[in-house]
Amino acid sequence: MGRYLAKRLLIAIPSLLGISVVLFTVLALAPGDPFGELATNPAIPPEVRTALRVKFGLDDPIYLRYFHWLAAMVQGDWGFSFTSRINVDTLILQRLPATLFVIGSAQILALLIALPVGIYAAMRPYSWFDQLASTLSFVGFSLPTFFTGLLFILVFSVQLDWLPFVFSDVNATGWRWYWEELRQSIMPISVLGLFQAASTTRYVRSAVLDVIRLDYVTTARAKGLGERVVILKHVVRNALIPVVTLVALQMPAIFGGAIVTEQIFRVPGIGSLLISAILSNDTPVIMAVTFVFACLVVLFNLIADVLYGWLDPRITLG
Amino acid sequence: MDGSTLASRSAELAEPRRRPRHFSPWLDAWRRFRRHRLALASAFVLLAMIAAVLLAPLLWRVAINDIDFAEHLKGPTWNHPFGTDDLGQDILARMLYGGRISLAVGLSAMMVAMLVGTTIGAIAGMSRRWVGPALMWLTDLFLSLPALPLLLLVIYLFRDTLKAAFGTEGGVFIMIVVVIGGLRWMPVARLVRAQFLSLREKEFVEAARALGASRLRQVVRHILPNALGPVIVAATIDVAAAIIAESTLSFLGLGFPPDIPTWGRILYDAKDYLDIAPYWALFPGAAIFLTVLSINFIGDGLRDALDPRKVM
Repeated sequence: MGRYLAKRLLIAIPSLLGISVVLFTVLALAPGDPFGELATNPAIPPEVRTALRVKFGLDDPIYLRYFHWLAAMVQGDWGFSFTSRINVDTLILQRLPATLFVIGSAQILALLIALPVGIYAAMRPYSWFDQLASTLSFVGFSLPTFFTGLLFILVFSVQLDWLPFVFSDVNATGWRWYWEELRQSIMPISVLGLFQAASTTRYVRSAVLDVIRLDYVTTARAKGLGERVVILKHVVRNALIPVVTLVALQMPAIFGGAIVTEQIFRVPGIGSLLISAILSNDTPVIMAVTFVFACLVVLFNLIADVLYGWLDPRITLG
Repeated sequence: MDGSTLASRSAELAEPRRRPRHFSPWLDAWRRFRRHRLALASAFVLLAMIAAVLLAPLLWRVAINDIDFAEHLKGPTWNHPFGTDDLGQDILARMLYGGRISLAVGLSAMMVAMLVGTTIGAIAGMSRRWVGPALMWLTDLFLSLPALPLLLLVIYLFRDTLKAAFGTEGGVFIMIVVVIGGLRWMPVARLVRAQFLSLREKEFVEAARALGASRLRQVVRHILPNALGPVIVAATIDVAAAIIAESTLSFLGLGFPPDIPTWGRILYDAKDYLDIAPYWALFPGAAIFLTVLSINFIGDGLRDALDPRKVM
């Protein structure tokens, strides 16, 4: 397992480097100069401007600028937010837990729905349950998260007045605090979780359907094992292998959904940070948040690979 | 070719009067597509929506920016079937106009994605040396990029330049189409490559090669037409994804400017009035949902229709 993990980590490094090249290229191709304002300001003498450009390495060849930028990124030196007046890394660390909490809970909710529904639908293909589940999952992933979010607010906050409109700081202690936090997290988590569950259900169904007709399953039944054991121990574990890959591939889409959900419900996560940074032209924050999202995608792919190795012992040796 | 067995001969003899029916592949696909009832219904819904956004502005002659404060935030009435917004502008007129843009963005972004994806997939599928693996590494890299943050970053960095070069509407349109298409070509490239890898070894391609067909001719005349089925399905799904991506951008307030009311933009304007004017958000939201749902169902129907292995 250790060797497998090390190998996977080594594979993750080139993709992180590739992502950083893409990000840097976008930044370098972008028009405008961080010192554009200084250049037009007549109060700044040309020699000071040149000195500044040399100091920040703006006239260096492009590959040198890339290495400078990368070194700063790796060291956690992400610059200074123009609007919040604090270091970008502090700002992101403040906001990251909320995002991870929402995404993690949504993913758990999605699996809690998708696994039982997908497995049951595959056990009875083309039954009314299967058809209902497949129609609902089509509806589920055709409903964009921003519209479901608004619908949830409309029904549960405006009409029924059960749940609070948007996230806010809770002024309570003890159990009351947990209760209030839970109440305001329900809507963002369900919006994201239901969207995710819709596509995951389809993956689970088709993966289980691929496995359930194989000979070894018939053998297990012939041995006299109960249906429960056959499905849970023999079928599901093997069917989960492709599902893990597909869920990991979905990760970038989940972050997209998280940005929208955080924005609708004003969750103080890095997604809403990104939007407010764009609206206030806060370039260092925008770059850093995009980079963090890219790192998170790579991280989750890594986790998927580890899970993969646990589910399928054959590839551990490879 | 006298290889047919006795069994099939007798089967032919059993119904001698039946004329051999010639199906073109497309007619056959249509026959299969019709079996998927939801897909067929979706095709009609989508056609109706396209017809509505293209033709209705000729009949519904209300300007999209006709400000009338006396009529503001009124629910659906005969004068304004979908109600009015906070400035008293007619929501139906704005949705018909915005629908054109949303659908145009969806179709054009899909074409960009198909063009890039098919080209890269085809090159990777035909190459026998290092080019293929290198392109696939690039594809996997792009697959692990977080699309929405990157989309937002590119729009943030480039929007002013493009606005200056192509005007507000054109600049934003070109940018959104190119960026959405440029971040969605990867699944197509993988599909096309997988198809090419198996097709290029098939006998009919070998025959074409033996007859001296150039590589380009092999690809364009022989391999590509046979790889088209899954690509068409992916293209359909991509239209839906591009429409959602554009609406998401506009919903976040970072897509089209306020004077161009795409469906996402109308939702963005409506979201602060949910408690007093819920219809304002419901109509454009339902339009996006209905369009995306019917495109997804059509894609599902095409998947069944274009898969020749599937017996129906």
